[in-house]
Amino acid sequence: METLWFVLVAFMLTAYVVLDGFDLGAGAIHYVVGRTSQERRSVLRAIGPVWDGNEVWLLAAGGALYFAFPVVYSSSFSGFYLPLMMVLWLIMLRGLGVELRAHIDNDLWRTAWDVVFSGASVLLAIFLGAALGNVVRGVPLDASGYFFEPLWTTFRPEANAGILDWYTVLAGVVALVTLATHGANYVAVKTDGAVNERCRHIAKFGAMTLVVLTAASLAATVFVRPTILDNFRAHAWGAVFPLAAVVSLGAMILFRIRVNDVNAFVASAGYIISMLGGAAFALFPVLLPASTSAEYDLTIHNSATGPYAMSVGIVWWTIGMTLAACYFVFLYRSFRGKVTLDGEGY
Amino acid sequence: MDDALTVHRLHFAFTVTYHYLFPQLTMGLAPLIVIFKSLYLWKGEERFNIAARFWAKIFAVSFLFGVITGIPMEFQFGTNWAAFARFAGGVIGQTLAMEGVFAFFLESAFLGLFLYGEKRLGKKGHWFAALMVFVGSWLSGFFIIATDAWMQHPVGYTLMPDGSVMLQSFWALISNPWAWRQYCHNMGGAVVTGSFAMASLGAFYVLTKAQAEYGKLFVRVGITVALIASCWQMFPTGDWQGKMVALHQPVTLAAMEGLFHSDEGAPMVLIGQPNLETQTLDNSIEVPYVLSILSYKRWNAEVKGLDAFPKENWPDNIALLYYSYHIMVGLGTLFSAIMALAVFLLWRKKLFTTAPVLWVLMLAFPMPFIANTAGWISAEVGRQPWLVYNLMRTEHGISPMVSSGNGMFTLLGFMGMYTVLSILFLFIMWREIEHGPAYLDSLDAELAPAAGAVN
Repeated sequence: METLWFVLVAFMLTAYVVLDGFDLGAGAIHYVVGRTSQERRSVLRAIGPVWDGNEVWLLAAGGALYFAFPVVYSSSFSGFYLPLMMVLWLIMLRGLGVELRAHIDNDLWRTAWDVVFSGASVLLAIFLGAALGNVVRGVPLDASGYFFEPLWTTFRPEANAGILDWYTVLAGVVALVTLATHGANYVAVKTDGAVNERCRHIAKFGAMTLVVLTAASLAATVFVRPTILDNFRAHAWGAVFPLAAVVSLGAMILFRIRVNDVNAFVASAGYIISMLGGAAFALFPVLLPASTSAEYDLTIHNSATGPYAMSVGIVWWTIGMTLAACYFVFLYRSFRGKVTLDGEGY
Repeated sequence: MDDALTVHRLHFAFTVTYHYLFPQLTMGLAPLIVIFKSLYLWKGEERFNIAARFWAKIFAVSFLFGVITGIPMEFQFGTNWAAFARFAGGVIGQTLAMEGVFAFFLESAFLGLFLYGEKRLGKKGHWFAALMVFVGSWLSGFFIIATDAWMQHPVGYTLMPDGSVMLQSFWALISNPWAWRQYCHNMGGAVVTGSFAMASLGAFYVLTKAQAEYGKLFVRVGITVALIASCWQMFPTGDWQGKMVALHQPVTLAAMEGLFHSDEGAPMVLIGQPNLETQTLDNSIEVPYVLSILSYKRWNAEVKGLDAFPKENWPDNIALLYYSYHIMVGLGTLFSAIMALAVFLLWRKKLFTTAPVLWVLMLAFPMPFIANTAGWISAEVGRQPWLVYNLMRTEHGISPMVSSGNGMFTLLGFMGMYTVLSILFLFIMWREIEHGPAYLDSLDAELAPAAGAVN
């Protein structure tokens, strides 16, 4: 049952990154692909009706994490206090940027919100990557099951590391490039003309860069945390994750060369899923590794809620997610196709 | 002031008080928008649809502010109240996770459809989207209330060897009697806010003679709903709440009423200032026996005063609790009176010529926000010194590793951020109000031929 909930929480977090990832990425490239106010408007139109629904996955995943593994939730949220609060402020600014831009027909107003939206998106992508980097590297947990990390210390991934060290910064850069590419692939699907052209260009360049960055980040991960390979050694089937990552990255480059926007987007989603899936596979059964000593690791065994609560949860989770899947299919079907600039909103 | 407990309490109090200004408006407006959409379906008159579309704009901005100020609430259980999150996660993790899975997805998906999909969905589909936004926002409210109700009146749990609590009965958690009564009272409060806002804006349009036709429509719908909701707040829901507090939190009742000494045939205090030094009520005006009757249905029933309880179990801010409770009750009573008068005048067809009453309606819009906030302060300050009633004291719930300095840093950050949010909100609201529904009407007329030309 604990294993099942580990998979469900990992699934929801991955869904969050794939879905909100493309609108974060769209934000990150917002200023590069949209040279004029009208072009930037078409980027916002592409994500307009769906970004809020995507962001909800973060809340739902957070809720599921709290429900299934309350100890991990309380440790990680209080330990990552400062960066999480900054993430909150960035999420606020980003939401304001998307929604308030269209309220007043004034160039100064629109430019200001474009800058806020774009800047917050870039920083959020980096923060998300750095957060994952912290989890993979491990945090200074002690016997109480709590820790607190300052924003930075020596920038070296050692026992008293801060949120930012060279490893987590690298993870942040990987996340930014991954999501920017993912976002460019999405916006390319939803637009045409000059914006579409620039998105294709960025996505192609991003995919190539990712080849180098993926190799570098994997090498760095093995260097920072050699035990990360243990699960792959013990269960050979885990090799599907890195294989899938390589295949989808290759497919993304291929589809970019063949100028097939939809397939390239699917490939970048596949790349994110296989990378995150691989990370979850490597960590299992640990949810939050301790950089101090392996005995303080928070695992699915020492941090889970009771068996009764977990079985009740499976029932409502299944019902709720089936309903949610219906809403989202309906939502995306209703707004399918390229965006146009007439009519309602943004 | 610089101890971590105070900073974390202020942090949560500030962010949650600010946050709830928006959901009470959106949860209150959602059913009113459904009413307009239904009238449009039923009667087919375009003005009902324009009215719905106008209020949807107000709703959308408020909803956005509610969402972005609401995300910090879910985070703060972990960031600032980690020990509480760990202690209670086995129980309240259920309701909080269910809110995400059942309410947030529903709300966000259908809000996108409702706001941007009118043409794509057609008349009935759009009505359904409005209905789902209403259902989603009210479901969300239920899961939050169920969480708070468990903290007020814990049920369905067992204590674990490590000192935390674990869910024992899902059914008990969901059917907590406290939750259902509090939910009825809270949602009534939200409808009061929404309908007062509608009536107030309507009165403004009537008084300024701009868009008076829409103004009259808003006043009619607003005051009718407001009268029903205001009465519902006093009876039965307010009465239920009072009896529940009397039964399960008698020391809170004593503090709310400023009753320092136990009394048979206790009076209801209308006004007065509790004097904590002398343990008396200064300058009070009281109605004899009423508190005994309301709490226990007998005129001479004994109501326990604060002196009947050990001092360490008294709520730690009696003056604030006393005032917020009295402000809530006082305003609630006034609401019913104002709306009864307005509905009476409407029935006699004199309302739109009676300027003083329209002025009162127009200026009354902040009052429900104050009453709802005061109500929540009564509930949460009344729960003190407990975080989970009789199970965990507030000082044991904070994050052990987050220093007061870090807490102060982010509290100031939120204060700055929310000041900016307030200015933006008022600015945008004012522009929407200035444009009004008639603007949407004209926009429609302009757009229709243009859209035709493109196609």
